Amino acid sequence: MNGMFAALASGLRHIGALTIGGIWRLGFAARFLLAVLLASGQSIRRLHLTIRELYFSGVLSLLIIAVSGFFVGLVLGLQGYDILQRFGSADAVGVMVALSLLRELGPVIAGLLFASRAGSAIAAEIGLMKTTEQLKAMDMMAVDPIARVVAPRFWGGVLSMPLLAALFSAMGIFGGWLITVVVIGVDDGAFWSQMQATVEFRYDVVNGVIKSFVFGAVVSLIAVFEGYDCQPTAEGVSRAITRTVVTSALAILALDFVLTSFMFRGL
Amino acid sequence: MRSFFQSRLPLVSLPPEPSAPLVSLRDVRFAYGERQVLRGIDLSVHRGQVVAIMGGSGCGKTTLLRLIGGQLRASSGAVEVEGRNMASLSGAELYALRRRMGMLFQFGALFTDMSVFDNVAFPMREHTSLPAGMIRDLVMMKLQAVGLRGAATLSPGELSGGMARRVALARAVALDPMLILYDEPFAGLDPISLGIIGQLIRRLNDALGASSVMVTHDVHESLEIVDYIYFVSDGRIVARGTPDEIRASSDPFVHQFVNAEADGPVPFHYPAPPIDSLLGGRGV
Repeated sequence: MNGMFAALASGLRHIGALTIGGIWRLGFAARFLLAVLLASGQSIRRLHLTIRELYFSGVLSLLIIAVSGFFVGLVLGLQGYDILQRFGSADAVGVMVALSLLRELGPVIAGLLFASRAGSAIAAEIGLMKTTEQLKAMDMMAVDPIARVVAPRFWGGVLSMPLLAALFSAMGIFGGWLITVVVIGVDDGAFWSQMQATVEFRYDVVNGVIKSFVFGAVVSLIAVFEGYDCQPTAEGVSRAITRTVVTSALAILALDFVLTSFMFRGL
Repeated sequence: MRSFFQSRLPLVSLPPEPSAPLVSLRDVRFAYGERQVLRGIDLSVHRGQVVAIMGGSGCGKTTLLRLIGGQLRASSGAVEVEGRNMASLSGAELYALRRRMGMLFQFGALFTDMSVFDNVAFPMREHTSLPAGMIRDLVMMKLQAVGLRGAATLSPGELSGGMARRVALARAVALDPMLILYDEPFAGLDPISLGIIGQLIRRLNDALGASSVMVTHDVHESLEIVDYIYFVSDGRIVARGTPDEIRASSDPFVHQFVNAEADGPVPFHYPAPPIDSLLGGRGV
């Protein structure tokens, strides 16, 4: 009996420790975000630092984003046509492709790809800089590593993510058009005119951009935080990269639900 | 009126008199959580001196260097650099002081995304508004001093361990510091590189009129170049002296350390129950 209580108590203690640890880390991440924001002046004053990071996070992710968007568009076109033609409304396939991409798939899939392509790279780079004492060396040279290393990477990610999501959606719509209009033979005029008539700028496009902006900020924060906070060993860096990708994916999907429930309640 | 002005004098704080030590530690204690690392350290570094802090691995000597650099704060006692208590400095004041310090990290800590040239230029570009041409000349002079002017365009990945250490040294002295800190400058170097680094430490210190604090466990190289040595063991200073005094010392710890003996005041065995207990009391 005593043994059972002891096991129960240690289990509870373990859960308690995990919870406290999690909350403590969340608080630490919030303080870290504040420090990054306060140190962001330099990212604007010395714009070339931020532009360099825009290149690494944004430009170098272009290919994977464009190709993925294209294939997602092809699949959406096929599935959309298959379902809609049963109800005799195959002409509406353009609307379906455009709305799914602009509202959901563009920001979400681009965010997931961004986390695995750019987020992991940012976490690895900052983690390795910490492991090889480069951040400490910078600090000893009276240069704040948060202002010099972290803030430009954060802003590079925040700014490039909405652009990447827009590119993803554009490539997806192109893929959907290619498969339904060119290959299957849906009417070209109906495809575009229905899309134009139905998609609203404020309701569909802007909400999608807001989502991609939020995902960009969250992924960038997770990546720089995990990199900066990692244990300075090979194992610590690898764990930081894994955590960046996993936490980012969960955060994107959970936040997508929250944002969608605020934005699109069918009202 | 007169007394009013008098009470405000001096308007500029006078530099401390030259005989005062540049770095002084008084009864410094430090703990990582529960683990006591330093247990009352007294140490001073005078201007122009190269001072070595020696001791076995994990004795707290790197912690000592971090206290002097202001990366850590002492639990108690005073760490003073140029007469200013490190614990009382604000973030901006600490950075102002660090602009006049250089630090060489154990494995160089060069920025891997920059060339050798840009690494040495980094502190100048961050802290001065010198024109590009002048920065170029200054960087080349620093690289010339460590014999690596020809390697300016290489990336840190293309350098050997000894070369990387020399580039890091050029970067550490880029802004002509008053105090240079060295964390294990000899670790993992071949005998030739080791000799070169040793000579550079001495020569740069004298040429810049700086002071140097070096944490190391390389006895013989250090005895050649330093002015004064502190031995640290178990968080305390157990011996001190000039190289000649250390060579002549009869202190058992110094003797064990200098002659690299396996057993002595620092035991070979990690504390364990007697070996007999493993053999079921049968004895050997």
